[in-house]
Amino acid sequence: MSDAPAPRKPAGRGGRNLELPEHLKAYKGVWVFIEHDRGSVHQVSWELLGEGRMLADTLGVALSGVLLGGPDDNLTAFANEAFTHGAEACYTVRDAVLDGYRNEPFTRGLTDLVNKYRPEIVLLGATTMGRDLAGSVATTLQTGLTADCTELKIDPTSRALAATRPTFGGSLLCTIMTLAYRPQMATVRPRVMAMPKADTKRSGAIIEDTLGMVETDIVTKLLDFIPDANTSKVNLAYADVIVSGGKGLKNPENFKLIWDLAKTLGGDVGATRPVVQSGWVAAERQVGQTGKTVRPKLYIAAGISGAIQHRVGMEAADVIVAINNDPNAPIFDFAHFGIVGNAMTILPALTEAFRNHFAIRRMKAA
Amino acid sequence: MHIVVCIKQVPDSAQIRVHPVTNTIMRQGVPAIVNPYDLFALEEALRLKDSFGGKVTMLCMGPPQAEEALKRCISFGADDAILVTDRAFAGADTLATSYALASAIRQIEKEQAIDLVFTGKQTIDGDTAQVGPGIAKRLSMQLLTYVSRIAELDLANRTITIERRAEGGVQLLKTRTPSLITMLENTNELRFATMPDMIRAARYPVRKWNKDDAGIEDLSKIGLKGSPTVVSKVFGPTPRAVKAEQIPVDKATPRDIAVNLIQAMFTQHPALEQDMLERAPL
Ligand SMILES: Cc1cc2nc3c(=O)[nH]c(=O)nc-3n(C[C@H](O)[C@H](O)[C@H](O)COP(=O)(O)OP(=O)(O)OC[C@H]3O[C@@H](n4cnc5c(N)ncnc54)[C@H](O)[C@@H]3O)c2cc1C
Repeated sequence: MSDAPAPRKPAGRGGRNLELPEHLKAYKGVWVFIEHDRGSVHQVSWELLGEGRMLADTLGVALSGVLLGGPDDNLTAFANEAFTHGAEACYTVRDAVLDGYRNEPFTRGLTDLVNKYRPEIVLLGATTMGRDLAGSVATTLQTGLTADCTELKIDPTSRALAATRPTFGGSLLCTIMTLAYRPQMATVRPRVMAMPKADTKRSGAIIEDTLGMVETDIVTKLLDFIPDANTSKVNLAYADVIVSGGKGLKNPENFKLIWDLAKTLGGDVGATRPVVQSGWVAAERQVGQTGKTVRPKLYIAAGISGAIQHRVGMEAADVIVAINNDPNAPIFDFAHFGIVGNAMTILPALTEAFRNHFAIRRMKAA
Repeated sequence: MHIVVCIKQVPDSAQIRVHPVTNTIMRQGVPAIVNPYDLFALEEALRLKDSFGGKVTMLCMGPPQAEEALKRCISFGADDAILVTDRAFAGADTLATSYALASAIRQIEKEQAIDLVFTGKQTIDGDTAQVGPGIAKRLSMQLLTYVSRIAELDLANRTITIERRAEGGVQLLKTRTPSLITMLENTNELRFATMPDMIRAARYPVRKWNKDDAGIEDLSKIGLKGSPTVVSKVFGPTPRAVKAEQIPVDKATPRDIAVNLIQAMFTQHPALEQDMLERAPL
């Protein structure tokens, strides 16, 4: 596809061709790149299969997973798990050079598969691996890539992927389409899409392929992988209960009330960007546009105004409780339960009340 | 040693407002700044220059006003600055942008060989993180994204060893130069501009390149024409239909308020109560 299609009618703005050229109409099917590292698949891949399933069903095409890995990676097990999450087939490439992620062999592997099997849509997680790979593959294939999508749909007229993403720091949303190029590529951040229900009865076909690269072809060497220390392993994105604090808590001393409540609930601690910037908590606890996207069952926000950049990271929570002393704070526009009051007195009262409530419930159950 | 640092001038999004009715960006009076993520790339490049000597060239594609962003980088100690500016670049998406920047970097290379190219992790207006990888592919350079630390640079043997942020840990990678690095945020602290550098920056003749100076060969690959992605719709977020159910606070003690919230919440969400009961430590 290096030679750009010659302009045809109807031309868009700037003499741009917006119609799919004939030779690209053969591109069929939806693919999800299944990301795995050190023995486990990143959950975002399953979330993407859930979303990909809906796209494939709308288009009436197949949904497939792509697995690249080394000799010791359990690609078959990963493929079987992909089938339970909605894939009908998995393309696998196993090669020693694919042991541990490196840009060059993975770009080659995915690019070659796309050129050979011609999917119309390729989805990847917006992780450090997915973004590194997606940008490289899209440039190599000379096609469109939309980053950090929050909604994926099929446009009924063009049958193109309509990928919606926040823009200008989340204050606006825009829908982006790749009309005249294939495949259409998009990345989605972890937790933005819901986890599909696994159906263990489902199965699918594994299509094995080869890479045709040897280690001496590859310039970059992976010398080591240093796992994060356990203490700093905050997996906020996948926490079920999050208590989050904002600048309304005034100082790091008061922020301890957030930790107390989180501990009582067996939950995790989140924060707004100004709180992180003030150094009250570590950066990995930031929720929002430039932090984590979370999807807990319960999100308690104390002293948080509810700015759009924070909102986009947490509004998918099942239940949102907001504590703010300003009755007009924007957070009350999208929280489910609101308390207009002083967080410094409400938080300890909540910690106490939850503790009592659980104790009483447990006594009754016993 | 010669390092090229790619930057973008962006609107300070902290100050952007959206028109509540028309859903258009109100740009008037919003200051333009150097994309904050790019400053980590600049500082890292300047640190390498401090250790190894050599030259740091800044590169930016944008409207003529973007000259200011480049001058700001000069004030921190960059040596040279090039603004690639031409109406033909308007409307470029990330694919078309990486084509133009890669082409300009080839022209810079003709003046002096390049050891490293730096970009920021992403921009704050586009947020795509795609331009860095795009440039690297087009120049057949080794790509190193999300770099948190440069462990070793060996100019004589043309190798570089870096730490790269990955999910759940850090990769230690060794590769050949020239390579392209996208620098992770908060990995260094930008130096202060010195008075002599500020004066130099104010007077610095930023070089302005049009599409020919930038060596653009294929006009169908730049600007709107060279952009596969089409923005089909821009709209505001849908407000949630119902506002928060307020727990009464008048004349209530904090304790009453807390108990009432728990009551209301668990009555409406019994499954949540069950789940939390199992999770809460004894
Ligand atoms: C490009 C960009 C990216 C950004 N990314 C993020 C992001 O990822 N995440 C993020 O969170 N922000 C982000 N922001 C910042 C965001 O715009 C807001 O500034 C931020 O979320 C506000 O944080 P806050 O609610 O803690 O503070 P504030 O807006 O200062 O709100 C404090 C709130 O506390 C309330 N309050 C005060 N005292 C009390 C009290 N005693 N009891 C109860 N309530 C009280 C106040 O009424 C107020 O509503 C970003 C901004 C930009 C420009």
